[in-house]
Amino acid sequence: MSINNGTARCEQWQYVCAIQAIPESAGVAALVAGTQLAIFRVGERVYALDNYDPFSGANVISRGIVGDRAGTPKVASPVYKQSFSLENGACLDDEAVQLRVWAVRTVNGAVEVFA
Amino acid sequence: MKAAASRPNLVVVGSGMVGQAFVEECVENGLSAVYRIIVVGEEPRAAYDRVHLSEYIGERSAEELAIVAPDWYAQHDIELRTDVRVDAIDRSLAKLTLSDETCLEYARLILATGSYPFVPPIDGKDGPGRFVYRTLEDLDAMRAFAGSCERGVVIGGGLLGLEAANALRNLGLKADVVEFAPHLMATQLDPGGGQMLGELIAELGVGIYTSKATERIESDDDGPTRLVFADGESLATDMVVFSAGIRPRDELARDCGLELGERGGIVIDDACMTNDPLIYAIGEVALWQGRIFGLVGPGYAMAAAAAAHLAAEPEPRFAGADMSTELKLLGVDVASFGDAHARTEGARILCYRDEVARVYRRVVVSGDGSRLIGGTLVGDTHDYRPLLMKMRSQIDITNASAALALPAGLDRAGTDEGGVGDLPATAQVCSCNNVDKAALVAAIDGGAHDVASIKSATRAGTGCGGCAPMIGGLLSARLQELGHEVDQGLCEHFELNRQQLEDAIRAGEIRDFPTLLERCGRGGSGCEICKPVAASIFASTWNDHVLDPALVGLQDTNDRFLANLQKDGTYSVIPRVPAGEITPQQLMTIARVAEEYDLYTKITGGQRIDMFGARVDQLPDIWRALTDAGFESGHAYGKAVRTVKSCVGSTWCRFGVQDSVGLAVRIEERYKGIRAPHKLKLAVSGCTRECAEAQGKDVGIIATENGYNLYVCGNGGMRPRHADLLAVDLDEATLIRYVDRFLAFYIRTADRLQRTSVWLENLEGGLDYLRKVVVDDYLGIADELEAHLQSLVGSYRCEWKQTLEDPDKLALFRTFVNDDATDPAPLYVRERGQRRPLFEAEKV
Repeated sequence: MSINNGTARCEQWQYVCAIQAIPESAGVAALVAGTQLAIFRVGERVYALDNYDPFSGANVISRGIVGDRAGTPKVASPVYKQSFSLENGACLDDEAVQLRVWAVRTVNGAVEVFA
Repeated sequence: MKAAASRPNLVVVGSGMVGQAFVEECVENGLSAVYRIIVVGEEPRAAYDRVHLSEYIGERSAEELAIVAPDWYAQHDIELRTDVRVDAIDRSLAKLTLSDETCLEYARLILATGSYPFVPPIDGKDGPGRFVYRTLEDLDAMRAFAGSCERGVVIGGGLLGLEAANALRNLGLKADVVEFAPHLMATQLDPGGGQMLGELIAELGVGIYTSKATERIESDDDGPTRLVFADGESLATDMVVFSAGIRPRDELARDCGLELGERGGIVIDDACMTNDPLIYAIGEVALWQGRIFGLVGPGYAMAAAAAAHLAAEPEPRFAGADMSTELKLLGVDVASFGDAHARTEGARILCYRDEVARVYRRVVVSGDGSRLIGGTLVGDTHDYRPLLMKMRSQIDITNASAALALPAGLDRAGTDEGGVGDLPATAQVCSCNNVDKAALVAAIDGGAHDVASIKSATRAGTGCGGCAPMIGGLLSARLQELGHEVDQGLCEHFELNRQQLEDAIRAGEIRDFPTLLERCGRGGSGCEICKPVAASIFASTWNDHVLDPALVGLQDTNDRFLANLQKDGTYSVIPRVPAGEITPQQLMTIARVAEEYDLYTKITGGQRIDMFGARVDQLPDIWRALTDAGFESGHAYGKAVRTVKSCVGSTWCRFGVQDSVGLAVRIEERYKGIRAPHKLKLAVSGCTRECAEAQGKDVGIIATENGYNLYVCGNGGMRPRHADLLAVDLDEATLIRYVDRFLAFYIRTADRLQRTSVWLENLEGGLDYLRKVVVDDYLGIADELEAHLQSLVGSYRCEWKQTLEDPDKLALFRTFVNDDATDPAPLYVRERGQRRPLFEAEKV
């Protein structure tokens, strides 16, 4: 389970989509409590990060290619290709940059985010 | 934070390259927060690149020569006063008097006044048509006068004099150079090198007159008419440029009693401080241990030293600089390093002079032959950096000195490019950022196993980039030392390269990424490097739809949305327009779509129309309108066959010998959308006038009286390459067969993101081998290559049409999976009648 570094809002599990709506080893964007999230599915694991790419200033993280670097699951921004850890949002190419991550779970095939 | 007004003044006099470097150092080390920094410059603009002054005639504007962004000063709260001189320094009151009759107090003062061109006291030196060569204004004046001139002469054959001669040439004048010494560039080059340089430059049509003392300049009402030399000879000219050396601009320092050298220059210590502890001097005005440094590099080092001393940092201090330099003068490569004149006691010389290839090379070694101490290179400077490093690192060259003198003596090939393997740890590899070999080795040992990681870990190679091959060489050498096999693999997930993966996928009939990873990978789950490569190979082998469930996660964003990602997260759309032939009805369809979605439209270089600013959720609707009108995907988003550009050909053109548009349409219809290691651009010209620029394309066809000539592996872009002629006077059927074979061979054997140009350059056997494979079927695979290509042609479907027919694929084009809202982020402004994204600075 991911750690909730996000700012507290309603603080409840919110339904986002069916897990089949997320292509395998890829992401989709979701709008949850007014915030754009990038939600990724890797096998049965689901991750939720900021959709905002601080390097390009565009909301595109969900469109990045998913994979791993030395075992750390990550996504590469589609614009300038910086990689971010799916687990904690840390930018793997620039220590100073960090995406927020949200707690996310699947319940009977439904993806829910705690936000 | 302190109020701005209460900060003491740090005044910089002189806004040249060194003054600017000093201010940038102050921003970097925080001095700009402690002091209120005021730069006073007499020129009408901020600092610019004086080193490349001659490029101002012709290729570069004043704006392009600027080294500071217009808003840089405001951003860093630094005041720049241009067009103002300092008239006097009052050291007792710590106050300056300026030419605009204001006063300025200083807490610290930096003199970076540079130098002025020395004009020798020749009879007739004043008057119209006489110039010096120092500022953009000098060049403007030269340009204004040169309009009525046919020839110009430069008095002074040093480095700047030759630059000035280049400027005269660029102004369209016949240029002559007059030098008092027996050879050119006497400061940097020995007589042999200077002579070779003179010969090379004379071949370019520049008149070289050495050992000439100019006695007077004769003139009429319009300006100079001729130079008269002391030996009685003369030289006709219409204008004169003086470049007879520089003198430090130390008059302010002289007037206020700062200590100067006997022949001028403000005396400084290692911190660049003058004898007044409130005043520093840097750059060409400063005299350090009796020497003035007339190059920008030492000036930068002084700027860093002064800024560090002001910030109470213990280092760096100025420790002198050797005047080693590598230049291109009028297109001739010249380098000089260390004790080029062999003035060290006991120094010995080895010399190589090749009058055929026009190469001169002289190395100077210590008396015992064990150390390289200097040298000059003219005509070929490839070995400058390796030699420089061998000198600076003082490695033992006993028994190797003869090899150093020979152009082939340094092993430039192989893995140890630049010869860094045998250098000691203290050898400086990157001189821009002062990174030594030890730091690079440490970075490699710390896990930086590619050049990009080394650059980001050490900053080496991020300045001029000249040391990048050496970093690569050092990396290979070190990895081998560490027992690593040098990894030729694609990425951390595959040790195979693209060609090997292609073989594996084809032979093993692999159609999905997990299987590929399991059979050929080395662990992990893939990444943004290997996934698109796999997707590309799957497409050029099996040609399944790129958005099929097993493939969609492998696609780069452009392929995933079948459109081109732009900087704001929107996409651009390019429908296919085969051969650039388009009907008015089709144009109206594009116009209607662009208008409806308010898309910015632009004509592309490939004779198509690009529409920018489409959101992900708009793409299907846009394409429905386009495909309904008969348009197909243009594959502008893919590493794929893009366009076949054409000229209008014999159907309309008075000169065309074949129907180039017709052939281009047939070729584009045949190869459209085929994916490859990189994008592919083609063209057909209807005659040798070559209006379609086919020789700049991956595949170029030029019509002849007897058929078609086939050119391959041309390229525009970052590294333009003229295409090579592969076969002549082909009929259309043979032409198509050869193009089929060529494309299939490239698709199967090229590396990741390798254009055909680089592929050919790396192909063993080069063009001859390629011709053997494609034309002579040397490998016996021509049938297979043709069959491969035919299978791709046969399985072509318009990707957008298929997508629009498949609800699962359409579902991929929602902005939000859980909401019909759209991304509110991109912001636009209208410019020249169309929409464009706001620049960063425009966003509030």
